[in-house]
Amino acid sequence: MQEQILIQSKIEKGDFTRGGEVSSSLKDILRKLGVPSDTSRRVTIVTYELEMNIIIHSLGGEITVLISSEQIKVIAEDQGPGIPDVEQAFQPGYSTADDFVRGMGFGAGMGLNNVKHFSDQLTVETGQGKKSKFIASVYF
Amino acid sequence: MKLADIVSLIELEPLVVIDDPDCQVDTVCGCDLMSDVLAFSQEKTMLLTGLTNPHVVRTCEMTDIKFIIFVRGKRPPQETKDLAKEKGINLYLSPLSMFECCGRLYKAGLGSEIMRRID
Repeated sequence: MQEQILIQSKIEKGDFTRGGEVSSSLKDILRKLGVPSDTSRRVTIVTYELEMNIIIHSLGGEITVLISSEQIKVIAEDQGPGIPDVEQAFQPGYSTADDFVRGMGFGAGMGLNNVKHFSDQLTVETGQGKKSKFIASVYF
Repeated sequence: MKLADIVSLIELEPLVVIDDPDCQVDTVCGCDLMSDVLAFSQEKTMLLTGLTNPHVVRTCEMTDIKFIIFVRGKRPPQETKDLAKEKGINLYLSPLSMFECCGRLYKAGLGSEIMRRID
């Protein structure tokens, strides 16, 4: 099945002002395409968490969302600095976010857990000092 | 419960009004952690929060929440109101505490939404 790019956008480190714009644009696109609301909701939550993850924790990165007849795939790639312990990072409540981020309502230690919960399939490539790549799929 | 009844019950001041006061609200979620809203919110509900930054609106946009109540009399900045208007999300302000708001609503018959369990 052929994949089409729905959205591809660079995300700047620490850009809280524009944070969420990619996910918001995606939600509009999915609505116009007539994607079922439950699927759209899951995809946009996954995208929003990954978008904020890049803004909060990485040196900057990019989000790409692809659609095919079977699934919507969200790819989040960043420039590092990588996750030393992936298993720990997925534990509900575990967070390395600073006070500023927590003051905005993030850093509750649910972000990556949310990505996993709302995806049908998730792969993560990362490691200390490495770039990270998340591929989250939501099936129709 | 009708939105109009909630307005009088917890002394709401309208900030951004999109939906009709006769519309129905069945559940409430009280939370200051946006990832928790994303994690646990399972249905269209009303969010009570002490946070006023635009990411509260973004979070509700992603989870299809149409009503935000700012508790403890905290006024949101203009950018939060502008984003809410753009995204069609209702904003109200209550002078009451989170506890008092939740208590009055629960006593009046509004329930909490069904929460998912952590994986």
